[in-house]
Amino acid sequence: MPTYRPGPVSLILAALVALFLLLPLLAVIPVSLTPTRMLAMPSGELSLRHYRALIEDPRWINSILLSIRIGVFSSAFSTVLALCFSLGVWMFQPRFTAALVGFVLLPMVVPPVVSAITLYFLLTSISGVSSFFGYDTWLGVAMAHAVMTVPFATVLILVSLSQLDRRIDLAARGLGATVWERATRIIMPNIKFGIVTAALLSFVLSWEEIGVTLFITSVNAITLPRLMWMGLRDNIDPAIAALSVILIIITVLVLAARSLVVRLRRAQ
Amino acid sequence: MKAYLSDRMGAALLMAPLLLFLGAAYAWPFFGVVNWSFTLPEPGLGQYGTLLSDPLVQSVFVRTLRIAAIVTIVSVAAAYAITVVWVRGTPAQRVVAEFCILVPFWISVLTRAFGWVALLSNRGLFNTWLQAIGFISEPLTLVRNEFGVIVGMTHFLIPFAVFPLASSMRSLDDRVLLAARGLGSSRMRTFWSVFVPMTRSGIIGSALIVFVFSLGFFVTPAILGGGRSVMVAELIYLRIFQSPDWGLGAAISVVLVLFVGALMALVFRYVRPRQLI
Repeated sequence: MPTYRPGPVSLILAALVALFLLLPLLAVIPVSLTPTRMLAMPSGELSLRHYRALIEDPRWINSILLSIRIGVFSSAFSTVLALCFSLGVWMFQPRFTAALVGFVLLPMVVPPVVSAITLYFLLTSISGVSSFFGYDTWLGVAMAHAVMTVPFATVLILVSLSQLDRRIDLAARGLGATVWERATRIIMPNIKFGIVTAALLSFVLSWEEIGVTLFITSVNAITLPRLMWMGLRDNIDPAIAALSVILIIITVLVLAARSLVVRLRRAQ
Repeated sequence: MKAYLSDRMGAALLMAPLLLFLGAAYAWPFFGVVNWSFTLPEPGLGQYGTLLSDPLVQSVFVRTLRIAAIVTIVSVAAAYAITVVWVRGTPAQRVVAEFCILVPFWISVLTRAFGWVALLSNRGLFNTWLQAIGFISEPLTLVRNEFGVIVGMTHFLIPFAVFPLASSMRSLDDRVLLAARGLGSSRMRTFWSVFVPMTRSGIIGSALIVFVFSLGFFVTPAILGGGRSVMVAELIYLRIFQSPDWGLGAAISVVLVLFVGALMALVFRYVRPRQLI
């Protein structure tokens, strides 16, 4: 069967856009190899000193560990809340569902800077009560990240629930399964792919989060993006280029692995 | 009756934790921010008066709208070009297009802004290269101005513009296009009078997403604008942290939310939300 394919003009335009999209990612590679202490193109000699700085400077390691801790915590929290909420929506189809889901999606729709000032208000208010949990603490950041990621987790879980056949749940119910049994033994095993995706996406979003983090941290809770931000604003530190190259390589590998898995699944 | 009651209970128990969490950690503090805008430094509508009269605040709003409009047009057009190949290309072309869309999409906004600094700054790749071939003697100023902000934001937003376009192009019936070609319409004519009009809802959806994102965008303008091309989001940040005027920062936030809400309500009156995604 013939299909409608893009012509040569489309292909040239698309290639230009593709080049534009990849260019800044490629540009960080030469910068990361510069032997100077400032941002510059290497002229002749190449050096790995900025990669070494990432390992030797404890600031980078500490912020990476902090980002992982915050990411794991906020992702677990937001996935569990999103899962319970979505199960409630799917199993009971309560009235006002649309309004309630709309409310949950607000942090995704509202401009991030407004969410940031909102969470700044929240955490500075908490700081008056507790020094352990509030402005510039890792728990405060984790909670703020959970607010920002929970809409994405909810959307992913609701989408995978919408593809589930209601009749298997009705059968379980007719056979006398309790709500708990239906949720844990019938529904959840069928949407486990969606749950895992929601948890992973929440982690990645928290790992990269900078807009809100900037408003709610100052000196103690320095996540990796926060540290990169500091290096970008003042004197541009080429260690950021080295870190960027590593992050780009990881992203490319993960995406390649994912598309390989998808292809293998289809082949089966 | 008993089953009915237990259903209501079950739904409430499952949905309550998230609703309570967002109520306490998002809705309540948002009203706190609204309260700031009316009470700091003194009770009243003073901050909203400042918004209407202060030329600095107004110039930032005008610049934000101008940049957002330019970025929207450029991003949607560029996204359209690459989405056509992603959705309708040969299998090999699709893989390449998907790679070029998804890799930048998953890479952090900071890395991407930094990439543009490395390319466009005075000692960056472009200027070094242009000077080496003798095309220019003095480096061109490509970042720390509006040009840099527009380039960086367009780069960030193209992948977001792709997704609504892709779903509208996927749902398009091949036979209509083949019929147009079969009836003697040229490639160009088929594209402009059949393909583009049939993906209208995708174009509206992606323009809305890009425009709304650009209005509240913070990181890229702050890095590539270098404090010289301040947009609304950066102004809020500056009013909270640098020249503390929390009331004004809060008032700008309230106006921004109302503006985005009104814009979305307007678009949703003409296009159903379902068609957008």
